[in-house]
Amino acid sequence: MNIPADLKYTPSHEWVRIEADGTLTVGITHHAQDLLGDMVFIEGPAVGRALSKGEECAVVESVKAASDVYAPVSGEVIAANGDVESSPEQVNKDAYAAWLFKIKPADAGEVATLLDATAYEKLVVADAH
Amino acid sequence: MSDQTALKLTPLNATHRESGAKMVDFGGWDMPVNYGSQIEEHHTVRTGCGLFDVSHMLPLDIKGAQVRAFLRRLVANNVDKLQVPGKALYSCMLNEAGGVIDDLIIYFMDESWFRLVVNAGTAEKDLAWMEKMNTEWDMGLTLTPRRDLAMIAIQGPNATQALNEALPGVDSITANLKPFNAAAMGEMFIARTGYTGEDGYEVMVLAKSAPYFWKALVEAGGKPIGLGARDTLRLEAGMNLYGQDMDDTTSPLESGLSWTVDMKTERDFVGRAALEKSEITQQLVGLLLLDKGVLRGHQKVITKHGAGEITSGSFSPTLQQSIALARIPLGIAPGEEVEVEIRDKKLKAKVVKYPFVRNGKALI
Repeated sequence: MNIPADLKYTPSHEWVRIEADGTLTVGITHHAQDLLGDMVFIEGPAVGRALSKGEECAVVESVKAASDVYAPVSGEVIAANGDVESSPEQVNKDAYAAWLFKIKPADAGEVATLLDATAYEKLVVADAH
Repeated sequence: MSDQTALKLTPLNATHRESGAKMVDFGGWDMPVNYGSQIEEHHTVRTGCGLFDVSHMLPLDIKGAQVRAFLRRLVANNVDKLQVPGKALYSCMLNEAGGVIDDLIIYFMDESWFRLVVNAGTAEKDLAWMEKMNTEWDMGLTLTPRRDLAMIAIQGPNATQALNEALPGVDSITANLKPFNAAAMGEMFIARTGYTGEDGYEVMVLAKSAPYFWKALVEAGGKPIGLGARDTLRLEAGMNLYGQDMDDTTSPLESGLSWTVDMKTERDFVGRAALEKSEITQQLVGLLLLDKGVLRGHQKVITKHGAGEITSGSFSPTLQQSIALARIPLGIAPGEEVEVEIRDKKLKAKVVKYPFVRNGKALI
């Protein structure tokens, strides 16, 4: 299973990288892209938008289905990945390189509640049964 | 996840699993949705040769002296168009209200034997309806579901080459077989039909032989294609899908299927009276999304004559744009723009004539 140990995760299949400056980079996991299949459309959140934890903030669509992406924590959107929006297949090629957006978190306490790789793997395994 | 043990398996189930297919519950059948990339599989069928396991669909043999008379009343298209053995006819089977019970293909074998192929999800309902009519009309026919047969579709510009290579001796049949015709070869039944908009075949073969035949087709260059690509291929080809583009509650005359309903002759068929009394207010059209996004079934379409609904929508790998079939009010012509509600937005789409793609070429 492709679940890098240095990242954090959400139960809704987002991955989160905590950067040195405390900002967060967010994408969807390898498992999520595998379930969805070939990506054909991605729409990220507007830069500057204030998100609440769990809020729908991006959409990823494969040939098969549309899926919402949720804010892993509350905070302000500081960047969205235009590259991935113009070539969504990057998410299928490498889900952990193809980030969707970056957030400046509002509350460090929420960041601490994100899942680690072991906890996320358990969740994926449980989902499959 | 659904209960895997309850799923029905085709004779090729193990073959799909061995080749790494992603399997899904498709209306109670454990079927391959893709073998890797759905988009690559789509392009393979447009440019090469794809193989589809369509054994979940049901071949049904109807035999008896009155079989032609039975089908004249049972279905909306006219089986009298079938006079040469092997000739195929696409038709809807309607209920008394003129709704579509199923769409099916009818093959003329001989005057006492016709073979039908019906959808997987409707097979039991269809069979019950046909048996009821058989009794009600006192036709004395025998209806035999042929679950002992597997069905493999071989589709794409290289389909003939792959089939000829996989099945020695079939070249004398493929050389002369016209579209929408079929021929028997031993226990096999080879039809030049399909659901992709490409040249190709649908071959019925004894279930026990299916894995060997499939393997020979793969060795001859055929690539396994999942149900995911099957859906985008048929959508580009402008072919209706039962349960999405029409069902028991919709008229074939509002589902783009008028060409299959024969009202020229006096023939009385189930649903005819209802269709003749009905007022047609809607039409099935093609949509091409002009803004960025993906059209999906059940999205609302806003036109100057009122609202409509997308019946099937997806991303078209050939056109690299989203396309759909939609049921909208009459009076909206190809070339006009409409709006589609997607989440919180209204996106622009153009009404177009379908098919969108035929024989590997974009028509839009």
